[in-house]
Amino acid sequence: MAEKFDVIVVGAGPSGNSAALRLAEAGLSVLQIERGESPGSKNVQGAILYSDALEKLIPDFRDDAPLERHVIEQRMWVLDDDSFVGSHYRSDSFNKPPYNRYTMIRSQFDKWFSERVQKAGALLICETTVTNLLLDGERVIGVMTDRQGGEIYADAVILADGVNSLLAKKAGFHPELQPKDVALAVKEIHFMPQEVIEQRFNVTGEEGVVIEMVGKITKGMMGTGFLYTNRESITIGVGCMLSDFKKQKITPYQLLEQMKAHPSIQPMLAGGEMKEYTAHLIPEGGFNAVPDLYGDGWMIVGDAGMFVNAVHREGSNLAMTTGMHAADTLIELKSEGKAFTAENLKRYKARLDESFVMKDLKKYKNMPDVFHTNPQFFNDYPDLISQAARTMLTVDGVDKKTKEREIRKSFRHRRSLFGLMGDAFKLWRAFE
Amino acid sequence: MHIVVCIKQVPDSAQIRVHPVTNTIMRQGVPAIVNPYDLFALEEALRLKDAYGGRVTVLTMGPPMAETALRKAISYGADDAVLVTDRAFAGSDTLATSCALASAITQIHKDMPVDLVFTGKQTIDGDTAQVGPGIAKRLNMQLLTYVSKVRSVDLEKHEIMVERRSEGGVQLLKTSTPSLITVLEGTNEMRFATMANMFRASRYPVKVWNREQAGIEDIASVGLKGSPTVVSKVFAPTPRAVKAEIIQCESNDPKDLSVTLLAKVFAKNPKLENEIAKRAA
Amino acid sequence: MSEAPEAKKPAGKKRIELDDRLKAYKGVWVFIEHERGKIHPVSLELLGEGRKLADSLGVELAGVVMGVPNDTTRSFCFEAFFHGADLCYLMEDPLLTDYRNEPFTKGLTDLVNKYQPEILLLGATTLGRDLAGSVATTLKTGLTADCTELNVDLDARSLLATRPTFGGSLLCTIQTLNYRPQMATVRPRVMPMPERDARRDGRIIEDKLGMVESSIITKVLEFIPDAMQDKPQLPFADIIVSGGRGMKKPENFKLIWDLAQVLGAEVGATRPVVQAGWVDLERQVGQSGKTVRPKLYIAAGISGAIQHRVGMDAADVIIAINNDPNAPIFDFAHYGIVGNAMTILPALTEAFKAHLATARKAG
Repeated sequence: MAEKFDVIVVGAGPSGNSAALRLAEAGLSVLQIERGESPGSKNVQGAILYSDALEKLIPDFRDDAPLERHVIEQRMWVLDDDSFVGSHYRSDSFNKPPYNRYTMIRSQFDKWFSERVQKAGALLICETTVTNLLLDGERVIGVMTDRQGGEIYADAVILADGVNSLLAKKAGFHPELQPKDVALAVKEIHFMPQEVIEQRFNVTGEEGVVIEMVGKITKGMMGTGFLYTNRESITIGVGCMLSDFKKQKITPYQLLEQMKAHPSIQPMLAGGEMKEYTAHLIPEGGFNAVPDLYGDGWMIVGDAGMFVNAVHREGSNLAMTTGMHAADTLIELKSEGKAFTAENLKRYKARLDESFVMKDLKKYKNMPDVFHTNPQFFNDYPDLISQAARTMLTVDGVDKKTKEREIRKSFRHRRSLFGLMGDAFKLWRAFE
Repeated sequence: MHIVVCIKQVPDSAQIRVHPVTNTIMRQGVPAIVNPYDLFALEEALRLKDAYGGRVTVLTMGPPMAETALRKAISYGADDAVLVTDRAFAGSDTLATSCALASAITQIHKDMPVDLVFTGKQTIDGDTAQVGPGIAKRLNMQLLTYVSKVRSVDLEKHEIMVERRSEGGVQLLKTSTPSLITVLEGTNEMRFATMANMFRASRYPVKVWNREQAGIEDIASVGLKGSPTVVSKVFAPTPRAVKAEIIQCESNDPKDLSVTLLAKVFAKNPKLENEIAKRAA
Repeated sequence: MSEAPEAKKPAGKKRIELDDRLKAYKGVWVFIEHERGKIHPVSLELLGEGRKLADSLGVELAGVVMGVPNDTTRSFCFEAFFHGADLCYLMEDPLLTDYRNEPFTKGLTDLVNKYQPEILLLGATTLGRDLAGSVATTLKTGLTADCTELNVDLDARSLLATRPTFGGSLLCTIQTLNYRPQMATVRPRVMPMPERDARRDGRIIEDKLGMVESSIITKVLEFIPDAMQDKPQLPFADIIVSGGRGMKKPENFKLIWDLAQVLGAEVGATRPVVQAGWVDLERQVGQSGKTVRPKLYIAAGISGAIQHRVGMDAADVIIAINNDPNAPIFDFAHYGIVGNAMTILPALTEAFKAHLATARKAG
């Protein structure tokens, strides 16, 4: 006798957990299938938790969620080979609870989230891979797993199986992932005593700092680096477009090693001991890469739907939000006694369009292309900006007016006046 | 046939690290797994169940989270699971642990007579291999350790025939049931759980017994009080004073590196040079 | 130890008066293991260690030999004397022909109850562990397994047994304060082999087993010896070339074998590699494999994790080859090459070959 549920959620990451939690709380029978040993074991993230998205699902999460530090300072660094120009934003308002962003360790967070989901009544099965969707014509009626006797039926299947969603590809819901639509990111967690973190980053208690980096550290490739402070460790990582890695023939690990050796970054890591090294793909295609999101009996949430705002490095909150909206759509339809047809599931897309999810993705839809076809933003500008800063800040008897002229000259020389104007225009259009 | 398999949930010791500053063991974030040696015991028990029919009960003594280890065992096909957990067990050494488990097995036996008890060879966090023998003694069962194969079981005659690994060969032994068997690793290959068993494992209501339910009346026989051995010190091994001398060359060519290495090694260790010459001759 | 070890301190450093019952236990015993006519070397290593303990405590060192009534069995007593024992308890009986848990447990337990040693040591072999566990439970006394170090605390007259814990990341010292005898097992090759002095003599005390075959439930039907192929003799090898996961593919292990051949060395491996089936279980070096004490240990593609380290860090010279400059193995190896084992190994093999050729020509 085959098992049947109202909804099957494939994946126990943030998007899957959000959907499963909502559905279980509403009383629907939910089965969650995760291919890793435990929820989160296959997940990798920086990681930053955006309170806003989680609050809507678990308002009291601050009581017992495993959070590292709340972010009170954001630094933005533009690096060249041996220096950087940075801007810091620290605000006391960030230091007033309830805190808006936290650093966290993904594996611990997913475990906690999953416990909530199971407590709400969802059934979780791990170490099992969903290999195919069961179809009746065009309608999805269940899933097939890699275990013997693995057919399970459901009225709806939510695909929350991540950036590499083989399921969605197999079912033809979205095309093969293009290297230009994903980034490959690597990161390390380094142990570091609390006192050292507090001193080095000028924080106390549970305050934390986030450093986002861009520039020569990605060797001309389109990408960014980051450094986050956790309670007793720091996370350092870098990610670049997969297509760029393929062209440059540098491995992500080598890139990270070089970045760690940067004279401005190396001292930040002193006294640390590497505890963990992971790598993962991140959807970067943005708006233009978002696939079909629903059909008869199925919906896509999270990274599987390419829901990542690369410009602002937001992914997990979009994951949770899309998971929530997918669940709410199904709950609404069920209460109205309506079937989970493509026609009815349109509401899911409508909800997303109304929310920041699609609005933000749309806003930045040209970003990937712009940066992709304009490597000068990762090469020339960091150099120029650094040089400019160096010139201005070096006291060497040259008068300031001359210095400024020199700087202008260097910019024009590198990019030409036409290029400079073009760059400004492109940036403006991209952000618009 | 009723087989009880004793398992233990252990931290994946391959992933445990020592904190560089405080020198404490970092157990957080280290996943808990079923002691790998126990899986061989479980698979062997399941194979006997397949061949002769009957039931397999898994038993463990541990903290509440050890329940996940039992569920794992259910997913492979075990029929029942019992978790014996109680604050009184804290600090148990192997003698106290075998006492608690033996008691639990006696209780299980009351519901359904136990023919065989299987355990793994040893745990990856204790490595003592003492609990199996301890349980056998307490239950007055025949003990067969390092069993590499169960040749046959005759429930009518209460007989079991096994192959036991010994130095230089294998002993073929015959003994009577009930008996306790510790299973050697590599004896079999764990099966892949079926979907139906995965569901069962997820829903299974694990029996949780405290000290009394496990039939342990004398509290002094378990926990710290019941442990003749006492840990008087835990410390980190003294790090070696000098790290390895890394051989380096201009060319970075493996050939040059090798020649340089040999030169250095033999310069410092002339006896070694003779030793090698002697053997290779 | 199975539960998280809480450091429970014995009451201060003051003189702990042993209760009278326990004071009666005196002497250090080593169980002399033998199978098919040969003493297992670990028993001799334990005699060496036992001698030191006995001297500290000012007591005698005894060997315990149990076996078939014949000259060979008796000769084991003499071997025990040659390696440091003052006396030997001898229990001869046809029922003790092959090892079986029941008669050996009863015999050893009876001897312990009659002659009351304060310390009883056994080798951590399949036989030793089988026997030790049963004897300790019968006597309801403490047993510490796989000790890497044995000392005595003279104040408490207590055995300090040190062993690895938590996968070997840490060490712990365990005592059995209120029970006797204090039992410990030690793995082969962990303790050094003592000198053999054929002039040493001792006295033999004989005792009876007192069992009948019909009362012994387990029967040995047959002994099937292992096929006489090149059984690896890792624990006694003087030169070992070992490979780990860094060798990437089973085919690459050929490079390890090649180097071993040139050096006349044994081949070893780490647990993951053995579990993946690339080499035989007999070649596993480490906490759950063999302990080795070679003159030269070459580790290729081995990270040096603690579980492996405890099995080989007593080697005289350790050479490590690993791609990762941060690999822990470089913390305790004597020499290291940071590079790809697949290219270094063949070059090293050639270098050794060349060196040996010139040495031969010169020699």
